[in-house]
Amino acid sequence: MMSERYLNAGVLIALLIVPIWAHLADAPYTITLATRVAILALAAVGLNIALGLGGLVSLGHAVFFGIGGYAMGVLAHHAQTYTALDLGIFTVDGTKSMPIIWLVAVGTSAVAAVIIGALSLRTSGVYFIMITLAFGQMFYYFAISWSTYGGEDGLSIYLRNDFPGLNTLIPIQFFAICFAVLSLVLLLQAGVSRSAFGLALNAARQAPTRVEAVGLNPKRLQFVAFILSATITGLAGALFADLNRFVSPSMFSWQFSGEIMVFVILGGVGRLCGPVVGAAVFVLLEHVLGGLTEFWHIYLGLILLIIVQFARGGIVGLLATDRGQHG
Amino acid sequence: MADPILETRGLSKSFGALKASDDISMTLKPGEIHALIGPNGAGKSTLIQQISGALQPDAGTIALMGQDVTGHSMQARAKAGLARTFQISNLVMKDTVLQNVMLGALGASGRVWRFFSPILSNQSLLDVAEHALERVGLHDHRDRRTDELSHGQRRQLEVAIALTLKPKAFVMDEPMAGLGADGSKRLTGFLDTLRNEAPILLVEHDMDAVFALADRISVLVYGRIIATGSVYDIRANPDVRAAYLGDEA
Repeated sequence: MMSERYLNAGVLIALLIVPIWAHLADAPYTITLATRVAILALAAVGLNIALGLGGLVSLGHAVFFGIGGYAMGVLAHHAQTYTALDLGIFTVDGTKSMPIIWLVAVGTSAVAAVIIGALSLRTSGVYFIMITLAFGQMFYYFAISWSTYGGEDGLSIYLRNDFPGLNTLIPIQFFAICFAVLSLVLLLQAGVSRSAFGLALNAARQAPTRVEAVGLNPKRLQFVAFILSATITGLAGALFADLNRFVSPSMFSWQFSGEIMVFVILGGVGRLCGPVVGAAVFVLLEHVLGGLTEFWHIYLGLILLIIVQFARGGIVGLLATDRGQHG
Repeated sequence: MADPILETRGLSKSFGALKASDDISMTLKPGEIHALIGPNGAGKSTLIQQISGALQPDAGTIALMGQDVTGHSMQARAKAGLARTFQISNLVMKDTVLQNVMLGALGASGRVWRFFSPILSNQSLLDVAEHALERVGLHDHRDRRTDELSHGQRRQLEVAIALTLKPKAFVMDEPMAGLGADGSKRLTGFLDTLRNEAPILLVEHDMDAVFALADRISVLVYGRIIATGSVYDIRANPDVRAAYLGDEA
């Protein structure tokens, strides 16, 4: 048992040390696993802002993950085929620059979140879950039928995109980028949860009528949280596509929406590093048990069952001495 | 006579065949405590909910400072200066006491779209919040988690949050409930001075408190106001005695 602050530091240091060790031991596959953890964690950190801080059970966050993925796929595809991207009114060139791709991923995710959020937030509870799920399915089937960009087969990108000053094809360097983005986002989240907005959002989740009674609009607070949340998951999508150098409609699948929700619950809803722990445990189980049996999800399900039954604060809640906002 | 701060006219609300509010017209004047009493099921809570904006009336109007707010949300009414305390404590249970009053101060300031500067280092909000805690006597408990507070302390916190809003009128739904004799006495003394800041519409079962505080009392029975008057008038009113007070008076 330790304070959550130390636990968070420990989690991030562990996530940093493993790939450094793997780099020195020349084990690139382990670095890739760690990179996968960092990116999936980032996607779940995004969801945790909607779910953990805002109380919005979104079963459609794969939409933003997919949008981020396709932002990368489309831009890199046009860059590698030297074709212009026709936007109707004007055309732009593709790009292999990660920072530009990230901006586009964040921007398009935000636009999608404004539309989806404005419609979904008219409902709550089960209906909110269903509407977000429905949006996810719409995007999924749209991607499947989008033949310009590979339809069901997806898009392959031959070379990883560029980041100024780094060689992204070297696994440890790409890991460093993903880890830095994750750390920065966690830092921002920690700041936001201590801010005026964070206080009001937290209250809007727990006691919405109380928030109204002091003259604030709980839905509007949740709406902004939903948009913030979507941009982070969108950014993760762009990184994920770069990790695999491949984008496909499966990034939009509802299974993925469920998976990142599992990360959040496993690690601890509303806990800063809950999603990181959750994603790490998931990737580890997938790697270790996945080698033993094809049906490793059974064991994941069992663990999830135990967590939900006996440790509502998730793994972080179990290990940290601080009481969480959900415990 | 001064214009009323809060005024309802012909307020009616039915749930199926039940008339919970039947043509209710009442006022809350500057500097007064107007108590609303009545037996259980008389429609007190329904009336309070319509005034605060949680329920829409079927007919009638509600005006705050002369402005019609009938169609306004609870949030808009709070912004316009109506502070409500809840019958059942409605607090952010997993936050600290201080965070709860900070929420009130934040709501009153309207500066909620600040994403980075830590709210607990915002001195002007902190001053408002801590002053409110001091006034209700909760300052020693500021760092405790709200769900650790006793029932009575939660009631005090409700009042503290209302104070941070610097409202034009208070609407208090049974603030004495469950306070115990000592607590009731202290809160009675406090509300007695509070009326000079903003008038209070007080729904209360504690008759000692009502008789000690109220400038005017309205008696609600079956959704209708059967009498409005001073403590003396109400005690003497035969209808009220028959309908409600019984031998107690």
